[in-house]
Amino acid sequence: MAQRRIRILLAKPGLDGHDRGARVLARSFRDAGFEVIYTGCHQTPEQIAATALQEDVDMVGLSCLSGAHNYLYPQVAKLLRDGGADDIVVVGGGIIPDKDIPTLKEAGIKEVFLPGAPLEVINDWIRANVTPKE
Amino acid sequence: MFTQELLDKSSLLRKKWEDEVKKVIAKNPDMKERWSTVSDLEIKRIYGPEDIKDMDFERDIAYPGQFPYLRGNQATGYRGKFWTFRMFAGMGTAVVTNQRWHYLLSTGQTGLSTAFDFPTLMGYDTDSPKAKGECGKCGVAIDTIDDFRDLIKGIPLDKITTSMTINPPATALWAMYCASAQEQGIPLTKIGGTIQNDMLKEFIAQKTLMCPPEPSVKLISDTIEFGTKYVPKWNTISISGYHIREAGATAVQELAFTLRDGMEYVEDAIRRKGLHVDEFAPRLSFFFNSHIDFFEEIAKLRAARRIWAKAMRERYNSQDPRSWWMRFHTQTAGCSLTAQQPYNNVVRTATEALAAVLGGTQSLHTNSLDEVLCLPSDHAVQIALRTQQLIAEETGVVNTIDPLAGSYFVEALTNEMEEKAWEYIHKIDEMGGMVAAIEKGFPQMEISDAAYKFQQQIDSGEKVMIGVNKYNIEDEVVDIPIVEIDDGIEQEQLRRLAETKRKRDSRKVAECLKDLAEACKKGDNVMPYCIEAVKNYATVQEICDVYREVYGEYRDPGIY
Repeated sequence: MAQRRIRILLAKPGLDGHDRGARVLARSFRDAGFEVIYTGCHQTPEQIAATALQEDVDMVGLSCLSGAHNYLYPQVAKLLRDGGADDIVVVGGGIIPDKDIPTLKEAGIKEVFLPGAPLEVINDWIRANVTPKE
Repeated sequence: MFTQELLDKSSLLRKKWEDEVKKVIAKNPDMKERWSTVSDLEIKRIYGPEDIKDMDFERDIAYPGQFPYLRGNQATGYRGKFWTFRMFAGMGTAVVTNQRWHYLLSTGQTGLSTAFDFPTLMGYDTDSPKAKGECGKCGVAIDTIDDFRDLIKGIPLDKITTSMTINPPATALWAMYCASAQEQGIPLTKIGGTIQNDMLKEFIAQKTLMCPPEPSVKLISDTIEFGTKYVPKWNTISISGYHIREAGATAVQELAFTLRDGMEYVEDAIRRKGLHVDEFAPRLSFFFNSHIDFFEEIAKLRAARRIWAKAMRERYNSQDPRSWWMRFHTQTAGCSLTAQQPYNNVVRTATEALAAVLGGTQSLHTNSLDEVLCLPSDHAVQIALRTQQLIAEETGVVNTIDPLAGSYFVEALTNEMEEKAWEYIHKIDEMGGMVAAIEKGFPQMEISDAAYKFQQQIDSGEKVMIGVNKYNIEDEVVDIPIVEIDDGIEQEQLRRLAETKRKRDSRKVAECLKDLAEACKKGDNVMPYCIEAVKNYATVQEICDVYREVYGEYRDPGIY
């Protein structure tokens, strides 16, 4: 049987509406052969975690450009852990100051992609680091 | 435009030139086959009389202050008055932003422009669970009129105009401005400023959402009606292409969707409020992006004036030339700036600002070099403001009006932008208007297509962003000061809000909100009820919750 495709939940937590990056990524993921679910803007961490569990995704991609990432990203990672889904890879992108990156990684954000990251680099990282569930 | 004799001559000379080009490129081929704008609009190697031969000087070009206003609304251009130097600013609490405003006025800025934080923009108070982590981050936090009074402290409301970038809660914030003016003894007829108040572009691009499109447009018509009757110097809407462009639209899409949004508002105010177009249209204002492709932007801005003038006169039978004028603010393109090698952003912004001025803008915000990384530092803001002052006072470009008129290329490109914009406008007409088009996801999908295509062109190197996909610096360390908003701001704002809530008469607040809900249900104009509510310390969220309750809440469908 063919291996299941990598299933990604792309989410915009918080009140930020800058969704250009998320929309472009959603198309890029689709064209790269991943399965993608895009939440649209203004999701709470609780909504994102619930969707991730319900949809049984392999990865959650978070995009936030408002400066609220230090609260929102770790909160999503924590809720997933609390829900028993530590196997879901959580990554984040956006305008993230360098000094915030170590703290985010400690909080369970596996990789942080910054402005200017080429789509193919992101796709390759996913192929190398995310394994679809059986 | 030209005699047949001249066109014949041109055709002869052109043939000779083409032969020469063929010879040269046989030996030295062009660096690439296709040359296009940042929006991927193909540009020819040269333009000549034949490209604008169908133009009629009187009908299509004329002079400033003359229909179709291609060359500007005002007869005197920038000689009587420069554009307004209006820098967008806001952060932290109202007290902090008020200090920044006073600083900006002291450095020669001539108008104010307010950036609100996300909770305020979305109609939530700082004490809402949805606001956690966002307070004061992207702009100033305003919960009640107490905050608003601190925001405008020491600002003469009858002399300085203030623009407020606020959309779903526009009625609440405008009510605070009106109520504050009244408290200071300044009549509403004397205050001037702008509320952005353009919800259609929120559904299309910026996604600051509250209620569904239909009631959102109703609330906007309420403000147009109230302004027309009681606050005649106020621009009750700033119909915005800026965010449409930032979301990834092409220049043509920005132009077309923005103007079609404008037409939707005009039609609603006429139909719903029974106003005559010339009662309110002179107070409609616009807001465009100025992106990095120099001539495309100039052509877009020139085309915008001509399309609007024609639409107002021909589509809506407007008789008043003031309704035909498109008055607009411009902001340089945030999305053209790079986090890499951030000092290059000064050059980008200067180029974009120059395009805006050559396109005839009436007001301008120049982005700071660090805006892609954080809220701007004082030093970065000063460079950005100086960029405008330098264009105005050193470069000489203000000496003459619309200096690019008559250029074969600029006129041909202006015509092309206009034609392509009308195609979109007619397509949206056929869909039943912009609300219907938005419900179908049409403008959203068009923009997503363009954004994805652009990203692919960047990734393949077909389009260049210096520092991102060309001339990169290996392991670059970006070493510029990063402005941070202290998380303590949230505690301070929560304290302020709690204090206001403690001192107010909650029974009175509840009554005001009940009256507002009744007005919404009956379809009455909400503005007088909003003013009464904010005077009694109703919060931004309490007012917006009434709208959400009566009109329903809209959620982003996540179209990509």
